[in-house]
Amino acid sequence: MNLTVAIQSLALGQAAPAPKMQTTLGSPSWISIAFFFAIVVVTLAITYWAARKTRTSSEFYAAGRSVSALQNGFALAGDYMSAASFLGISGMVALRGYDGMIYATGWLVGWPALMFLVAEPLRNLGKFTFADVVAFRLRQKPVRIAAAVGGILTVLFYTIAQMVGSGSLIQLMFGLRYEYAEIIVGAVMLAYVLFGGMLATTWVQIIKAVLLLIGVSFLTLLTLARFGWSPGNLYAAVVGQYGQAALQPGGLISSPLEAVSLGMALMFGLLGLPHILMRFYTVPDAKAARKSVLYATGLIGYFYVIIPIVGFGASVLIPGGRKFITSIDKGGNMAAPLLGELLGGTPFLGFIAAVAFATILAVVAGLTLAGASAYSHDIYVNVIKGGHATEEEQVKAAKTATVVFGVFAVALGILFKGQNVAFMVGLAFAIAASANFPALLLSIVWRRFTTQGAVWSILVGALTSVGMIVLSKTVWVDVFGFAKEIFPVRNPAIFSMTLAFLVGWVVSIMTPEQEALTKFEDEKLRTYLGVGAE
Amino acid sequence: MASTASSASGAQGRTQAAEARAQGAGSKTAHEVIASADFKALVSKRWKVSLVLLVLLFASYYGYILLIAGNPALVNQKIGEVTTLAIPLGIAAIVIAWALTAFYVAWANRSYDPEVGRLKGQLKP
Repeated sequence: MNLTVAIQSLALGQAAPAPKMQTTLGSPSWISIAFFFAIVVVTLAITYWAARKTRTSSEFYAAGRSVSALQNGFALAGDYMSAASFLGISGMVALRGYDGMIYATGWLVGWPALMFLVAEPLRNLGKFTFADVVAFRLRQKPVRIAAAVGGILTVLFYTIAQMVGSGSLIQLMFGLRYEYAEIIVGAVMLAYVLFGGMLATTWVQIIKAVLLLIGVSFLTLLTLARFGWSPGNLYAAVVGQYGQAALQPGGLISSPLEAVSLGMALMFGLLGLPHILMRFYTVPDAKAARKSVLYATGLIGYFYVIIPIVGFGASVLIPGGRKFITSIDKGGNMAAPLLGELLGGTPFLGFIAAVAFATILAVVAGLTLAGASAYSHDIYVNVIKGGHATEEEQVKAAKTATVVFGVFAVALGILFKGQNVAFMVGLAFAIAASANFPALLLSIVWRRFTTQGAVWSILVGALTSVGMIVLSKTVWVDVFGFAKEIFPVRNPAIFSMTLAFLVGWVVSIMTPEQEALTKFEDEKLRTYLGVGAE
Repeated sequence: MASTASSASGAQGRTQAAEARAQGAGSKTAHEVIASADFKALVSKRWKVSLVLLVLLFASYYGYILLIAGNPALVNQKIGEVTTLAIPLGIAAIVIAWALTAFYVAWANRSYDPEVGRLKGQLKP
C-alpha cells in the first residue's frame, strides 16, 4: 500500500474528528532529493580525494593517523549519534515525556568512563583494532580469534538494527521502497569505505555530525521561539495538554535492578564498541585521543540536552499531538521530521530527511570498517598469515572483507524486514559490555591476566549476554511469542559482565603464564609513556 | 608513506634526544625507568585520578537513576510552575559527566604530560 496516500488520506480524512497536520512526509519532494544528492555528491568527492591518500593498511584502517583531535571528536560524535538516537529519543520524549530524558542521559555517561579507563592505553598499545591491545602480551591466535568473535557479533547486531531501522525510515520519509533503500545505503556506504577507507569515513562522519547538530539546534530554536524563549512555557504547554505526568519519570524505571543493569550496558558497552574504539587509532597520539573524547562528550552532551526540547515541542505544537505522531509511526520516530515541517516548511523537512539519511550512511560505513577489520586484520593477517602479510595482501584482505561485510549487511537488512529488531541495539551493547570490555580492561590493568583467561572471559561474556537476552521477555515473549520468559531480567549486563570478569580472573589464576607476566612490565613503557606506540 | 613515517619517528627521536640533553640524563634503560619510583608514582597517580573520577561519575549517574526509582515523590516535586525537579537533575547528570571529562583532560595536560616528558627524557636515546 502506498504510504503517501495513507498519510494524505489520514490528513484529509473528513470523518475523523481529531485535529490533523498536513504533511508531505513520505512523498519525495524535490527539495529533499536535492539535499540528499548534495550530501552524496560532496561525500563522494571527499571519497575521491581520500582515495588518493589511501594506499597502505595504516591509511585504510587508521587514516594514516593524521586526524586531529577536534576532527576525531566530531567523527566520534558522528559515529555515536545514530538515526536511532536522533529520531528515537525525540520520539520517545514526544510520546512518553520525561522517560525519554532518562534514556538520553544513559547514552552519554559511557564517554567519561571510556576516557578514564581505556582511551589512552588503547591508543598507545594498539594498531587497528581493540584485539591488538588484548593480544598484546598474550598468545596471538586464540586471543585474536576470541576477540574477533566478540567484535564481529557486536558489530553485526548493531548493523542489523541500523539497516532495518534505516530501510523503514527512508521508506517513511522518501516513500522509497524498503529494498531499494537498503541497496542504496549499501552501495553508497561501500563506495566510501572501499575507496576512501578510514579517511573518507571520518570525513563523512564529520559532515554528518555538523549537519545533524545544525538541524537539531535550528529545530530547538524554532521551538523555543514559539514559547517566548522560555522552556518553562513549553513545559506548561506540555502539562496543559498531557498532565503533570509528562514531566515525571514514568514506567521506564520500575525496577532499580533493571535500571542499573541497563545503565551498565550503556555505559560499559561503549567501552567495547569496535567501531568507536577503532577511531582512537586515527589520531597521532594519546594526548590527541584524550582531547578528542572531551570534544565528543561535549558535542554529544549538547545534543542530548537539547533533543528533549524537540520532543516536547513536537508533542504540543503538532496538531493532533501524540495521537497524530503515533498514527504516522508507532514508535514516534517521525516526531522530529514532522515538527521540522511544521516550523520550517517543506524545505526544512527535506533537510532533516536528508540529514537522517546521511546519518544512516555514516554509521553503517563506520560499522562496516570495524567489522571488516576484525576479520582482515585480526583473523586473516594475525591468525591465518601469522602476522606476516605484505602491505598489498593486507589492503586486499581489508577490501575483500569490506565488500563481504557490506553485502551481508544489505542481505540481512532485507532478510529482517518488518521484524522487531529494536532489541538488537541492546544486544550489541550487552555483548560489548560483557565480552569485549572485561578482556580489554583486564589486559590493560592486570598483570596476571592470561591467554586462557582472556579467551574464556570473552566467550562466556558473549554467550551469557546473548543467552540471557534470548531467554528474557524482550526476545522470548516479544519476538518468539512464548507466554512466559525464562530469565526474569530484560537487561542482563549486570550479570553477564560480572560473570565475564569473574571467569577472566579465576581462569587466569588457574593458568599462570610467565611470558605474559614478563611482557606486562615491558608494555608499561608503551602504555603510560607512549614509547614505541604506532 | 614509508618516508613520512620514518621522518615522523625521526623527528620524535630528535625531540626526545633534545629533552634528554636538556636534563643531562638519558642514561637509563627501559627497565630502569619502569623500576624507578617516579614511574611507579606516575602510574599509581594516573589510576588514582581515574578511579576517583569514576566513583564520582557512578555516584552522579547511578545516584540519579536510583533516586528516580527509589524516591519518586522527591523528583516529582515542582520547582517552578510546572517544572519538576527531575528535569534539572537529568540535565545535571549530563553536565557533570562532561565536567568530569574536562577535569581529567585538564589534569592530564597540566600534570601527567610533563611528567611523561621528563621520564621519556631519562631513557637512553
